[in-house]
Amino acid sequence: MKFGVVVFPGSNCDHDAWFATTQNLGQQAEFLWHDSQDLKGADAIILPGGFSYGNYLRCGAIARFSPIMDAVRRFAQDGGPVMGFCNGFQILCEAGLLPGALLRNAGMKFICRPVELEVATTNSPFTNELSPRQHLTIPIAHGEGCYQAEESVLDQLEADDRIAFRYVDNPNGSARSIAGILSAGRNVLGMMPHPERATDPLMGSTDGRLIFNSLISAYALTSNQ
Amino acid sequence: MSLTLQEVSAHRLTWSEYEKILSLLGREPTFTELGIFGVMWSEHCSYKSSRIHLRKLPTRSKLVLVGPGENAGIIDIGDNVAIAFKIESHNHPSFIEPFQGAATGVGGILRDIFTMGARPIAVMDALRFGKLDNSETGQRNKRIVQGVVSGISHYGNCFGVPTVGGECVFESCYDGNPLVNVFALGVFKHDEIFFGRATGVGNPVIYVGAKTGRDGIHGASMASEEFSEESKDKRPNVQVGDPFMEKLLLEACLEVMKTGAVVGIQDMGAAGLTCSTCEMGSRAGTGVEIDLKDVPQRETGMTPYEIMLSESQERMLLVAEKGREQEVFDVFHKWGLDAAVVGVVTDDGMLRVRNHGEIVAELSNRALADEAPLYDRPYTKPHRTVPMHSPAFSSTDLTGDLTRLLASSDVCSKSWIWDQYDWMVRTNTTLGPGSDAAIVRIKETDSSIAMSLDGNGRYCYLDPREGAKLIVAECCRNLSTSGALPIAATNNLNFGNPERPEIMAQLVEAIEGIAEACTFFETPITGGNVSLYNETLGEAIYPTPVMGIVGLLKTAAPVPMQFVEPGRDIVLLGGLGASDETHFGGTQYAKVILDTLWGLPPQLDMDYEKRVQAAMREIAQAGFAESAHDLSDGGLAVALAEASFRGVGAHVNLETSLRPELALFHEGPSRILVSTASPGQVREIAAKHGVVADVIGKTVKDQLTIGPWVDCSIAQLQRPWKTALEEALH
Repeated sequence: MKFGVVVFPGSNCDHDAWFATTQNLGQQAEFLWHDSQDLKGADAIILPGGFSYGNYLRCGAIARFSPIMDAVRRFAQDGGPVMGFCNGFQILCEAGLLPGALLRNAGMKFICRPVELEVATTNSPFTNELSPRQHLTIPIAHGEGCYQAEESVLDQLEADDRIAFRYVDNPNGSARSIAGILSAGRNVLGMMPHPERATDPLMGSTDGRLIFNSLISAYALTSNQ
Repeated sequence: MSLTLQEVSAHRLTWSEYEKILSLLGREPTFTELGIFGVMWSEHCSYKSSRIHLRKLPTRSKLVLVGPGENAGIIDIGDNVAIAFKIESHNHPSFIEPFQGAATGVGGILRDIFTMGARPIAVMDALRFGKLDNSETGQRNKRIVQGVVSGISHYGNCFGVPTVGGECVFESCYDGNPLVNVFALGVFKHDEIFFGRATGVGNPVIYVGAKTGRDGIHGASMASEEFSEESKDKRPNVQVGDPFMEKLLLEACLEVMKTGAVVGIQDMGAAGLTCSTCEMGSRAGTGVEIDLKDVPQRETGMTPYEIMLSESQERMLLVAEKGREQEVFDVFHKWGLDAAVVGVVTDDGMLRVRNHGEIVAELSNRALADEAPLYDRPYTKPHRTVPMHSPAFSSTDLTGDLTRLLASSDVCSKSWIWDQYDWMVRTNTTLGPGSDAAIVRIKETDSSIAMSLDGNGRYCYLDPREGAKLIVAECCRNLSTSGALPIAATNNLNFGNPERPEIMAQLVEAIEGIAEACTFFETPITGGNVSLYNETLGEAIYPTPVMGIVGLLKTAAPVPMQFVEPGRDIVLLGGLGASDETHFGGTQYAKVILDTLWGLPPQLDMDYEKRVQAAMREIAQAGFAESAHDLSDGGLAVALAEASFRGVGAHVNLETSLRPELALFHEGPSRILVSTASPGQVREIAAKHGVVADVIGKTVKDQLTIGPWVDCSIAQLQRPWKTALEEALH
C-alpha cells in the first residue's frame, strides 16, 4: 500500500509518518509537496503533525488553502482514506472535512506524554482490527488539542458512531473526552494522538501499528475485490 | 568628527582598547566601525578574559573531526556518520524577557548546528533560577521559570526538535541572574560538513532568511556587562524569535547544501551581519565586501550602524560558487524565504561595508576576529565566605528528611517542565527526560547517542577545581549508567565579573579542573561558551560551569532507571563510599534540611570513578542490569526512592560506621545502584575492575525500607516528589 505524506511548510512529523509507514510497517510512502496537486498515486493520505505555516492565525487555518488540499478534498470525496494526526486533525477541521475545532488545552500548556486511549468504534477502515473498548497507549504532543463542537454536532457524532477514540484520562479538556473522530463517509480520520510515534518497540509502545494495520488490511480487502 | 570617551565607553570598550583600535587602523574609526569593534571585541564574542585559560582544555582525540573555533564541534561516530553539538548560554536576555530570551537561545544554538550541515536531533537545557519561595523575589522568579520554559517549548516544539532532557536548579544566587544554557546536537554524513569560510575570490556573498530589523542591537555587548537597575530598560535589546521561519531556514539550508553550489555558510547570531562577515573572511584569509542597500530590511530608515549590529533572528550568510546564484535562489524561494546577493569575496582581507556605494566601514577581518585584546586578568584565591567547619546537626526523623528532600526544588520531579516539551518528535528518543542520561538513536546507523548535562554551583563555590571535576565525573557516570561510552564534551562557563580577582580565580580553577577531568576521562572539549558578568548589584552567582557530555552506544532497549521486578538483588556498585562532616556541606541535605553551606564538595578519586564506570558499561552491555541509577543529589536514599517510583521498591540494610545522615544522604561520587537477577556475574565484573559491589538488599513491592532508619510506602514518598514543582509555581 502506498501512503502519501503531505509536507506543508512547518510540518515536522512528516518524516516520522514516512518512517513509520515504510520502515516499521513495510509499506510504500511518498512526500507530497503542499504547493502541488499531485497525489502521486497514493492509496491513503496522511496529514502529519507539526506547525503548518507556523500555525499563524489559527492551527491549520492557512494550510487548508494549500493547493494540495484541493486534491486531498477530492480524494476524500471519492472515498479515499485520509488520516490527520495532531496538526493534521486541526487542518481537517479547518478544511471542513471533519466537524468541530481544536482549542487551547484546558491547562493552557503544551502537553507531551503517552496517554491511554479507548477504542470507541471498530466500524471504520482505521479501527477494524481493534476490539471495542480496547485500550491503546499512544503519545500526545500538542498545545491546542481541546476538541469542541456544538452539542448537536457531538450528539450526531455519537449517534453516527463516528467517535473513533476517547481519552481514558482526558488531558486537554476535550468535549466528551474525544481524541479522534471520523467523517460521515468513515474514510477520514482525525486524531490528536500520534500513532506514527507508536510503531517501533524502541519507542515504548507499538499500539499505533494497530491503526495502520487496520487500514492496510481494509485496503487489501478492497483492492482484492 | 572625533569620538568622545562617552561614545567609546558606551560600546563597552576601554580607553586602552580604543587606543589599540587607533593603532590598528592608523586613524579614527567611524561611528559604524566603532560599533563593529564594540561587538567583536566584547567579552561575548572575543572571549578576551577567558581565552588564555581555555587553551588548557583538551580538544583532540581520534574521534574529533572538528574542534573549537567553528560553529560547533564535530565527532565521528562511525559508519561515515558524524555528530555536531554545542552548548550556549542565553542568560542575560532570559532575565530581561524570559520567553523570547529562552526561545532565541534555542534558535541560536540550533542554527550553530545546521549551519554546519547537520540536522538537529536533540536539545537539552540546563536551567538555574532564583528560589520560588523568596518573599521578595519569588513571584518574579516564578514568572521567569514559566516564561523560560514556555519559550523553550514554543521554539523547540515548533521547529520540530525534541527537547530530551536537562536539569533545573533553584538557588538564591540566581535570583537576579537566571542561567539558561541550551545544548543542541545534530547528525550528518562526513561529506555533508560545511564551514563558515568565505573562500574563492569573486564568489557572491548571499544573505538568506528573515529580514533585518532593529531588534537585538547590542545584544552581545549587553551580555558582557553586569546587571543594574537600568537593565530593565534594555528590553529592545532582546531579539524576537520565529521558530517557523527557522524551520524553513533549516530545510532550505540543508537542501541548498546538497546542490553543491555552497562553498561556505554561517549563521548570524551574536553581532549579526558583523560577526558573520568578518569571521567568514578571517577563517578563509579573504576579504568580504558588502553593500547594505542590498540587505533585506523590514524597517525603513535603518542606518548602517543599525544594520551591521542588528541581531534579528533566523538569518544566515552564505558564499556560493560564482555563476550558481540562481540555484541558491531557487531553493530559498521554494521555501518562501528571502535570498539576496549582498556582496563579494575579495582578496584583500578587509571587511568593506558600503551603503549605496559609499564606504561606511573598512576594517581588517583579522583585526576584528583574531586580534581582539587578550587579557591575563589577575586572580587571587577563589571567592568564598562560608565556613569550613560543619554546624552541629542531628536528625530525629530520617524518613521525614527523605520526604522533604524528595519534595525540594532541585530533587523533585521536573515533569511540569518536560511535559511541555515535545521530547519524542523525530521518533528517536529511547530514553527521555527524567533519566540519568537522554538517549537518541541514530537512524542512519545501528548506534545511539547518550547525552547528559550537569552543573553544581554549590560544589564549585566550595571548591571550583574539585567541583568542576565532580561535574565531569557525574556527566560521564550518567552516560555509563545507560551503557554508553563517553566520547566528547562541550562546556558552558557561567561566572561573575572577571575583573574581580577572586571571581577570575574561580574561573581559572574551574577551567583547570575541567581540563584535568576531561583529559582523564578522554572526553575532549570540542567547543562551548563562556558567560561572564553574571552579577546583579555586585552579587555574583556561584561559579557554575555546566558540562554537556555525549556518549556512544549500540542501539538497544536502554537500561531503565527504575526497578522493574520485585525479588531482584540490589547491588551498590562502587560501594557506600566514604564521607565526613566537612565533605557533607555542599549536599542537598545541607541545603534543604540544614539550610546552609559549608566545607568542601565530596571527594573524588578519578581513577576509581573510571573503573566503576567501565564496570557499569560492561554490566549493561552483558545484559545483567535490569535497572541502573547513578547516585547524585541526595545520595543513596534519594536514589533508592527515585528508583522505586514505578512501584517496585527496595528492602535495604546498610552495615556502616557512618552516622545515619551521612550514610543515607552523602553525595560521594563513583556509585551506581544496579538491580539484577545475576548478582554473581555483576560482582564478578566489578571484581575484575577492582570495584566494590555490595549486595545491599532486594527489590520488593510498594515499600522502601532502608534499615534501620527509613521505612515507608512508595506512595508516601512519590506524591510530594511528583507535585512539588507545580505547587511551588502556584
